[in-house]
Amino acid sequence: MKPPPLGYSRPESAAEALATLAALGPGAKVLAGGQSLLPLLSMRLAAPTHLVDINRLADLGYVRVADGQVRVGALARHAQVLASPAAAQAQPLLAKALRFVAHPAIRNRGTTVGSIVHADPAAEMPAVLALLAGSVRLASQGTERLVPAGEFFLGPLESAIRHGELATEVLFPALSPAVGTGFAEVSRRRGDYAVCGVAALVRLGAGGRVARARAAYLSVAPCPLVLDLTDAVAGAPADSSAFPGAAELARQQLDPGTDVHATASYRRHLAGVLTERALLEALGEARERSAEMPVQEARGRG
Amino acid sequence: MGSGEELHDVRLTVNGAARTGRVPARRLLSDFLRHDLRLTGTHVGCEHGVCGACTILLDGVPVRSCLMLAVSADGSDITTVEGLCGPDGTLSPVQQAFTECHGLQCGFCTPGFLIVITAGLRVVPHPTEEQAREMVGGNLCRCTGYQNIVASVLRAAEIAHERSAGRP
Repeated sequence: MKPPPLGYSRPESAAEALATLAALGPGAKVLAGGQSLLPLLSMRLAAPTHLVDINRLADLGYVRVADGQVRVGALARHAQVLASPAAAQAQPLLAKALRFVAHPAIRNRGTTVGSIVHADPAAEMPAVLALLAGSVRLASQGTERLVPAGEFFLGPLESAIRHGELATEVLFPALSPAVGTGFAEVSRRRGDYAVCGVAALVRLGAGGRVARARAAYLSVAPCPLVLDLTDAVAGAPADSSAFPGAAELARQQLDPGTDVHATASYRRHLAGVLTERALLEALGEARERSAEMPVQEARGRG
Repeated sequence: MGSGEELHDVRLTVNGAARTGRVPARRLLSDFLRHDLRLTGTHVGCEHGVCGACTILLDGVPVRSCLMLAVSADGSDITTVEGLCGPDGTLSPVQQAFTECHGLQCGFCTPGFLIVITAGLRVVPHPTEEQAREMVGGNLCRCTGYQNIVASVLRAAEIAHERSAGRP
């Protein structure tokens, strides 16, 4: 239960971090909050030869809203993202999901970007990024690339980040008007990994009817799984009447596994129930947000 | 020694005192506190971030000391359970509440609870019972059934209020 011998560097700038990562090659691993990495090291499930500790890169400890995106820097702790009024205003799903991320003591140290790079299929924030079709900025010495969420998550604990790269920030698109979000999960104990979790998005269209619905699932697939549920809800009135059909559509498309925490059939059942709950929450928010719109139109006419 | 591992200097403040050490990178902060600094009040239960017994205050906020490397804590200000009482040994409001409400039995988990409640009451000085439960939700206790721990949170808030009201 102790980490193996490790090399250690603590760069003072992003440039130094990238140079260090480039020089060290495949054995190097970035250490940010360490809330997932340290257990892996202590249980000897991961065996990097060298840690590059980015905790001195204070420039990356930001949560900002700009150009229709919530931008979360590599050193922003979950607690910091959760407490950001600007982030909550621009994309309410972040705070809704972050409340389910472990416990306050873990959120005080763990970083949102780190959780996404860790790519645990049972984690909340990868599913949120996938649902919102956000992206991850990966820097390496002399270059950088922006990888969409759909191409970032490759498998359990496996993301598209390459050796020598540092995930400098994650971009969550802000919520559009007439769109609402919801998040629901079931875990064995409060703060544990979800047996199943669902993040949902509902868009209202003409005449206040449901135009579109989408949901992302955690703990039921090797990576965050996004399902388009629009076929089950399009044109339905803005109430929960179409949601059992959406839940059924989700159940048909999911193929969860059995493990010590839950059987596949229980997970599939939960996915249906949680789909309805998350859609209902999303619908409520979408209605509130579209109720605000006519007021602005009326002001414009006046 | 003799392992040939590279050692790193660590300088930090623990319970108000400047402390230093020389550790391999893999030394967990929990082990640094217990073995290098001989502050054995911080307990190690699961050693992978689940039980909360090793929780300490890092720059004023609770974190799991088993989920940090000592070398990463360089330059930080740490409070362990040994730093909660007054300089004359007066129990803190949370410690006093635990004695009054029988908030511990075997005591193994208690340091972690004392730390998270101390920090929690700074954020929520007058918690409801539900808020008290939320405050300790990340810490495991196998003896008490939590009832008296929740009572201790509520009593600690009262004691803190009484003490601040009693001051001139």
